Amino acid sequence: MSRYVLRFFALGYLVLLLLVPVGFVFYRAFEHGLGAAWEAVTTPQALHALELTLLIAAIAVPANTVFGIVLALALVRGRFKGRGLLNAVVDLPLALSPIVVGLSLFLLYGRGGWLGGLAEHGIKILFAVPGMVLATMFVSLPFVVREVVPVLREIGTEQEQAAETLGARPFQVFRRITLPAIRSAVAYGVVLTTARAIGEFGAVSVVSGKIQGKTETLPLYVADQFESFNVAGAYAASVVLALIAIGTVVGLRAFQPKEVH
Amino acid sequence: MPTSAAVLERPPDAVLSRAGGALAKGVATGYLTIVVLLPLAALVWSARGGGLGSFWHQATLPESLAALKLTLVLAALCALVNAVAGTAIAWVLVRDRFPGKGIVDAVIDLPFALPTIVAGLTLLALYGPGGPFGIDVAFTRLGVLFALLFVTLPFVVRAVQPVLLELDTEMEEAAASLGAGALGVFRRIVFPNLLPAILSGVALAFARAVGEFGAVVLISGNIPFRTEVSSVYIFGQLQSGNEQGAAAVSVLLLAISLGVLLGIGAFRRWRTRHDSV
Repeated sequence: MSRYVLRFFALGYLVLLLLVPVGFVFYRAFEHGLGAAWEAVTTPQALHALELTLLIAAIAVPANTVFGIVLALALVRGRFKGRGLLNAVVDLPLALSPIVVGLSLFLLYGRGGWLGGLAEHGIKILFAVPGMVLATMFVSLPFVVREVVPVLREIGTEQEQAAETLGARPFQVFRRITLPAIRSAVAYGVVLTTARAIGEFGAVSVVSGKIQGKTETLPLYVADQFESFNVAGAYAASVVLALIAIGTVVGLRAFQPKEVH
Repeated sequence: MPTSAAVLERPPDAVLSRAGGALAKGVATGYLTIVVLLPLAALVWSARGGGLGSFWHQATLPESLAALKLTLVLAALCALVNAVAGTAIAWVLVRDRFPGKGIVDAVIDLPFALPTIVAGLTLLALYGPGGPFGIDVAFTRLGVLFALLFVTLPFVVRAVQPVLLELDTEMEEAAASLGAGALGVFRRIVFPNLLPAILSGVALAFARAVGEFGAVVLISGNIPFRTEVSSVYIFGQLQSGNEQGAAAVSVLLLAISLGVLLGIGAFRRWRTRHDSV
């Protein structure tokens, strides 16, 4: 009996909070037909926003993947002072408000900021793509690291040491032994990083300046369309983002680390 | 060849940790400094502005204090609801059996994958003005709480689920055979085992709720002293040109985030020490 009460409560909570709202956005996006929705997401402004979103992800995700692996190696294999601090800093983007992230970049690269002088030398960071990439890198930094660290701990160093005694160079050891072992954890982290990079709103909205057709990503476009009363456009773009999210969830299933299932 | 002999005498991992390790350490620290630490240092520097007095003045303006209070109360409520609902969902996913369980399990990750602005728009469409159920929580504190619950849903579920999977059911069966009711078994046996996982999930959900912006900004209406949370307040201050005010409140949020993370870390270390004894 209590089992059914619990099941009813848990599933009811999920349905009301998650499934019905997301389903309803799909309904609202397509209520005037497929053609209308297609038209709404293929306006030049929407297409540009999609392109920019993908461009930013295409820079931030590989950067966080490569440096994420290096960070994980340093955290697990390195023995140096300040490792605990490094560990806390890596987690910080998970717990920090994206608005604080955006504001920090704004103050660093803005007028009067420590690196504000870069703009005078023609290196535009704020209200341009580089600033948006930096914001995206900040917020999506922990995902690859956090997935790879436990796997590195678990596999230990025995095989790496064996390879090394047999004369393999450090990079060879990494490519032949370490990388294959962490491959699925990296993939899982990459999926999470990509989802966050594509969906980031708060941090990017502070540093972008939200210039239509120039520094507007797809999430910013959704907010902009909603606020300028083009609700149909906002819903249609939301559906594109929701489909990417659903793709992410499916991708996560595919790369799920063993310890969960 | 004396050099190669020296290399062989050293423990093998010393070679890797000397060459690769130093490089990894340097690259890792450099990347973190450029991407994370330098911006945060600039933030703290700007918040200090004209000294500690003006920092304090900006941080304790009535509107900023009201926003901070609302943020903390809503985040605490959100953490509490998550503790109950998240544990219940994890329980149902691990111990219950019903058709479509795999799909439900996958759906849990959706709030992590869905852009926060879409989450906000989604809730506003359903529970806002003109929604199909006739429920309208737009521009209310309840609406903000809804948004926070949406984005924090996975934290407790995903923290509790693996622990529950590994938990041996023998103890529970023994307790039940000795006459304990279902609630008694849960309270005396299951709950104490799950508590650390629940707490760390709750702490992360709390931190996330304190900082949330995208999901909240549309549904809250941003009414000062009523529905304005700190992240939205910071954004408003920045747009009206009060950079120091924005930075001052941001430093408070940064301190809360760091506090939560260090708390979780300390709790974990404390537990491993006590488990090994």
